[in-house]
Amino acid sequence: MTVTITVQYRNDTPYPFCPGCGHGSILDRLDEALSTLAIDPAGVVIVSDIGCAGLSDQYFSTSAFHGLHGRSITYATGIKLARPELTVIVIMGDGGTGIGGAHLINAARRNVGITVLVFNNLNFGMTGGQHSTTTPDGAVTATTPGGNLEHPLDICGTVGVNGAGYVYRGTSFDTDLAQRIAEAIEHPGFALLDVWELCTAYFVPANKATRRSLEATIERLGFARGVVFDRPVNDYGAAYLAAASGLPPRTRPTPIAVEHSSPLATSLALLVAGSAGAKVRSAARLVGEAAIRSGLWVTQRDDYPVTVKTGHSISEVVLAPVPAAPVGGGVPDVAVVTSDDGLRKVRSLLGRMSPDALVVTLPDLADAPTPARVMVVDPGAASGRIPRASLALVLLTVAMTRRGVLSAAALRAAAVGPYADENLAAIEAGLALA
Amino acid sequence: MREFIDGNTAIVRAALDSGCTFFAGYPITPASSILMAMMSELPRIGGVAIQGEDEIASIGMCIGATLAGARAMTATSGPGISLYSENVGLAIMGEVPLVIVDVQRLGPSTGGATTVSQGDVQFVRWGTAGGFPIIALSPSTVPEAYVLTAKAFDLAERFRCPVFLVTDKELATTLTTVDLDAYPRVEVRSRLTGEEGPPYRFHPVDGVSPLHEFGRGTTVRFTGSTHDEAGFITKHPPTVDALNRHLTEKIEAHREEIEMVDADCDAGAATLVLGYGITGGAVRAAVATARSRGERISGLVVQTLWPVPETAIGAALAGVDRVIVPELNPGLYRREIERIAGGRTVIGVERVDGELISPEQILAAAA
Repeated sequence: MTVTITVQYRNDTPYPFCPGCGHGSILDRLDEALSTLAIDPAGVVIVSDIGCAGLSDQYFSTSAFHGLHGRSITYATGIKLARPELTVIVIMGDGGTGIGGAHLINAARRNVGITVLVFNNLNFGMTGGQHSTTTPDGAVTATTPGGNLEHPLDICGTVGVNGAGYVYRGTSFDTDLAQRIAEAIEHPGFALLDVWELCTAYFVPANKATRRSLEATIERLGFARGVVFDRPVNDYGAAYLAAASGLPPRTRPTPIAVEHSSPLATSLALLVAGSAGAKVRSAARLVGEAAIRSGLWVTQRDDYPVTVKTGHSISEVVLAPVPAAPVGGGVPDVAVVTSDDGLRKVRSLLGRMSPDALVVTLPDLADAPTPARVMVVDPGAASGRIPRASLALVLLTVAMTRRGVLSAAALRAAAVGPYADENLAAIEAGLALA
Repeated sequence: MREFIDGNTAIVRAALDSGCTFFAGYPITPASSILMAMMSELPRIGGVAIQGEDEIASIGMCIGATLAGARAMTATSGPGISLYSENVGLAIMGEVPLVIVDVQRLGPSTGGATTVSQGDVQFVRWGTAGGFPIIALSPSTVPEAYVLTAKAFDLAERFRCPVFLVTDKELATTLTTVDLDAYPRVEVRSRLTGEEGPPYRFHPVDGVSPLHEFGRGTTVRFTGSTHDEAGFITKHPPTVDALNRHLTEKIEAHREEIEMVDADCDAGAATLVLGYGITGGAVRAAVATARSRGERISGLVVQTLWPVPETAIGAALAGVDRVIVPELNPGLYRREIERIAGGRTVIGVERVDGELISPEQILAAAA
């Protein structure tokens, strides 16, 4: 059954634009394009930017969102991704292509299925005729009294080389503009129309601009005219949905069962100091999980440089018989030092440890100044070669075993996951060296 | 059963449990693990997560998605909040529900990316033009991070506004042991939506109108400009006045629904230790230590930073002659306490060296 609906997209409010301004005629062409496509007005969202063109949404009876300057494309992207069935049309001026340039390029690159109509009147009309990113070189504006020294932005070329699906450059006088707008709306990917027009308040009187001079400027600049790009592309949202199909269900918590026990009666602060990239944090985490399996309450606070794979890596692990929040000011009861990088970072802390405390380290770091008892572990004494990345876990196993905090069974039980074999080997080596 | 979990992971889980369907963010330490987890998890449940080209795009996408029916969250750190500023204002003016996570790091500027701080507590309140109220919650533990994230989603819908969840590098990344039964179930209300009536209502002044979403069969208008109830731009003074008083009163008149604290008060104590966020751990530890020595002391951990929970703090101040306020900034929240302390001595314990405050530091100030 075919139902013919006469829908109105323009409302009854007259445009507020200056006499001769191109905005009204572009909006009339948009109205024609929507009428041709006969889309439900409630399913059309006009996202307007700022400036005179930003007023446009108020003259349409579609849905509308009037946001911040230059950000209209970001709102349009969110709307389209959340509800792909909506027809989302951005109306922005040339000003918006400057302040929102990053959004323009990236929306084109992603091919988010929105249509961007640039009302390009070559200057800032609402704020007093200042120059914009598209003001032609040499043009006189309120802020280029001696003529514009900047080269104008080629909007179409910019979005085009970055992958936009449909790109058109024309003027508000084009007789086929409504048809081009309709084509752009129907294109599945990112579509943009750069529509040049006359600002009769500022640009026209300052530059004697005419319909003919607009065309001449486009030609002089060597900018492409007409449909510049029309290529088959996937809408980003559709591609996202396709990529999402067949994914596993959401991740759920990884429960840790308390199946072992620990004699620990008061909290124990454990410090692990080594080099970034040497599995310090993962070794500390394994010991923490072994402690949780033993009924203890554990926190693990890590410190490492932003470069991640160089310099120090420090883990502060607190094991306690009752829950305890991480707080500052702790001095370790047990310190495991596996490299110079780590030692440099914790040297002063080692100096503040108590004589009852324990430092477990390697032969070449054994002279670290500390009042604590120092236990030197020689990996060379192990029955097999110990990889550098396993040293932290080996020394931690020695320390936890020597202090009688964690059982061998609890440590072994914590060696799960993709590195279970290496970790188990390190634990066995540590148990043998302890 | 227990788990070994960090605060960012708890926030992600709470967001998913609270019906979050859209996330956009830009990588920044120490918030990035929220972005990565949402990128991984949301498509699995039919939602959308996207990495924006910058923070401005990220929050903009969230605002657009919300108006099209999503429940959205974004996460960043102080430098990103700077870039969120204009869109926070838009979300206030446009009455757009949104959860914004600020995982604080040491500032100003790039500051210390992997260094803890509580330096944004006034910034989130006053960081956008106009001076209108904002809601900001601040968890002090991982289970609280879960609960307050859910609460943030709930309050965002209740008041149609952006809600900040203010955490920090240590809460975000420190692994903590949590009993899986320790997470209370938080009821997050459904969005009040509809197809009839204007998109905005200013009467009664403290009322909150349903959020008419795009794509539900009727045309609807949203705007960041000063507007009438139909969403059209206006300068008509009585309408402008009604709008702006509404934006304030819808929150101010309902503070009791928003203000949350964890108070541990001793009616006979002369000293109150008051903190928030990660420093709450040191507050609780200091109170426990002092009491173990036979001292009488009260503790209060603020969970709602904004609006300031003045009723609960006022109750905790009864009988107290001095308040100790530890925080990881130059005393930013202390001024709020001084404002309501009625002449009591307010002592700040402040660290800006990137280290956590110890319970001993608090006890030294209380000595």
